[in-house]
Amino acid sequence: MADVTVPVTTTAAPADPNVGWVRRFLRATEIDPRLIGMVVALVLIWIVFHILSAWRLSPPGTFNWWSGVFLRPRNLWIMSVQTASIAVMATGMVLVIVTRNIDLSVGSILGFVGMLMAVTQVQILPQYLGFGHPLTWIIAVAVGVVAGALIGGLHGFLIAFVGIPSFIVTLGGLMVWRGAAWWITSGRTVAPMDSTYKLLGGGPAGALGANLTWLIGIAACVLVVGGLALARQRKVRFNLPRRPLWAETLVGAVVCAVIVGFVLLVNNYPWPPIIARNYAQANNIPIPEGGLFIAHGIAIPVLIALGVALVMTFIARRTRFGRYVFAIGGNPEAAELSGINTRWVTMKVFMLMGALVGIASTIATARLDSATNAAGTLDELYTIAAAVIGGTSLGGGVGTIAGAVLGAVLMQSLQSGMVLMGLETPLQQMVVGVVLVLAVALDTIYRRRARA
Amino acid sequence: MSANGSPLVEMRNIRLAFGGIHAVENVTITLYPGEVVGLVGHNGAGKSTLIKILSGAYRKDSGEILINGTPATINNPRDAKSYGIETIYQTLALTDNVDAAANMYLGRELLTRWGTLDDAAMEDATRKVMGRLNPHFRRFKDPVKALSGGQRQSIAIARAIHFNARILIMDEPTAALGPAETAQVGQLIRQLKSEGIGIFLISHDIHDVFDLGDRISVMKNGRLVATARTTEVTKDEVLGMIIMGNVPPKLQRPEVRA
Repeated sequence: MADVTVPVTTTAAPADPNVGWVRRFLRATEIDPRLIGMVVALVLIWIVFHILSAWRLSPPGTFNWWSGVFLRPRNLWIMSVQTASIAVMATGMVLVIVTRNIDLSVGSILGFVGMLMAVTQVQILPQYLGFGHPLTWIIAVAVGVVAGALIGGLHGFLIAFVGIPSFIVTLGGLMVWRGAAWWITSGRTVAPMDSTYKLLGGGPAGALGANLTWLIGIAACVLVVGGLALARQRKVRFNLPRRPLWAETLVGAVVCAVIVGFVLLVNNYPWPPIIARNYAQANNIPIPEGGLFIAHGIAIPVLIALGVALVMTFIARRTRFGRYVFAIGGNPEAAELSGINTRWVTMKVFMLMGALVGIASTIATARLDSATNAAGTLDELYTIAAAVIGGTSLGGGVGTIAGAVLGAVLMQSLQSGMVLMGLETPLQQMVVGVVLVLAVALDTIYRRRARA
Repeated sequence: MSANGSPLVEMRNIRLAFGGIHAVENVTITLYPGEVVGLVGHNGAGKSTLIKILSGAYRKDSGEILINGTPATINNPRDAKSYGIETIYQTLALTDNVDAAANMYLGRELLTRWGTLDDAAMEDATRKVMGRLNPHFRRFKDPVKALSGGQRQSIAIARAIHFNARILIMDEPTAALGPAETAQVGQLIRQLKSEGIGIFLISHDIHDVFDLGDRISVMKNGRLVATARTTEVTKDEVLGMIIMGNVPPKLQRPEVRA
């Protein structure tokens, strides 16, 4: 017995150099292990799809990594644009789900608000401003965002103050706003959009070009390093424990490397030759040997989505409102007893969600250059799936904005990869469904392990 | 536990009826600085109702509340907090998914001059308070879900005393805890006592009350059966008071006070 008890007491000592370097690394850098898990899963999916596409496109019986099409700037750039709309909505859905609610109406609101914006800029504003007025797009977007916030506010009021379950209110909203989108123009598609508004949806003109993209990338790096330094300085002032300097440096370096990598990626996707040639002819630029290389740079909708994710992270982590959102999700009674106006916070969450749907609708309608009454159909499910794959717990209280954006990217990656593979549509849906359940299953198992 | 000067809290002839039922009927109790008064009785004896009148959750029909000898008006929990009365609820009113500092400052967050959360300042203050209450506590970064019952209870208590509580109401503070953690909370109560804080301790557990309390007030059917020093009664006598309402002959004096 004595032999048994001695080692037990020694392993109970906290600092064992041989056990758990991964855990010690995570603790030092303060990175959420689930975020790393998601990034790893995403990279694996990318590599697998690239290999599959390379294998498909190589001559039979051979394999050439470089003939793969998935990990090319062109595919990744297009994927980033396709993700933008869902990613914007997923950031809001995180807060909705964290407060133990759900929003099933975002797809329908997207369709309705898109129709409103289209009618505003195509049928109403030209009567007063004429076509192509520089204010048109601003007014149209404002109409969309305000209408979205008002609709969200109405839902939020019914949920928080009248006490109807959010599932019911937004299920009703799902039907009402889809019908309303149809009703506005009796089902007619509204197109084309204002020429400036259209840029918000991406495309060669709707991207910032190489130089501006570099500028934004460098500014983002400066912001990251400055933010880390400032946070550290505050901790020094209060003499609180901080990350070791190497961990701080590593986090900053990795984030900056990702930013620079992204800039290099989008700056390596050139305009299609015909568009480049037309542009060159219109501006009297001589076309060099081997064609003109004009980089896309970051697409405007992607910039919008990243900006939204940044602002939403700030709201969730650094404001009182964000703290209350998580407190309500964790224990509604405790939040109430602490003097938090839980109803008003809940209503504000839905207003915010509505405003974000307005932004997402701008991206979606601008990209398609038209508003149809079917726009956004099933988007509510993709949005919820993105949030949940990104680690948001339907039980409430847990979720991150970054996770939801990664979830949206992961789903779009699957979709794009399967399209590249030539997989049939029904199979694509089945795969996305399976992945959703699998992601939640893995998360549940991880949590159970973490608690034990 | 000096009897000189006025009591910290004096609730005089408190009455409260719900419909026709007298939940609290003509009850008078007192609390002195640095004293723990255990409030015991069956479910429905009126102890929680009485204490909710003090914490501002209910409004009394008649009677007087004196704080430091001067009449006090308590109409809601905010009034109670302004008199330095803090309540620790039975159900541990913590939000599980955020850390100790976020829980301590919930609803009263410190902000930077930019209007954002001042997490560094809140963590710093939390470390200082917890250093006083529970010096071994180190897990300031973890969500409180990951903590033991005793650690969680010490955060709930920290939250109550950090905002200058002089009167602490603890409603079944050890009901959800294991033996070791109950001991930890007991230690905490003794420490608060030594700092001059007055504590009302509501408990089902007679042993706890005898262990920690200076006096015991027994309630039954909305009335006060008797108040006694823990040193002058036995547990069996208290049980008799709780179950039968039998007041031992030695306590049948006009008023029993410390």
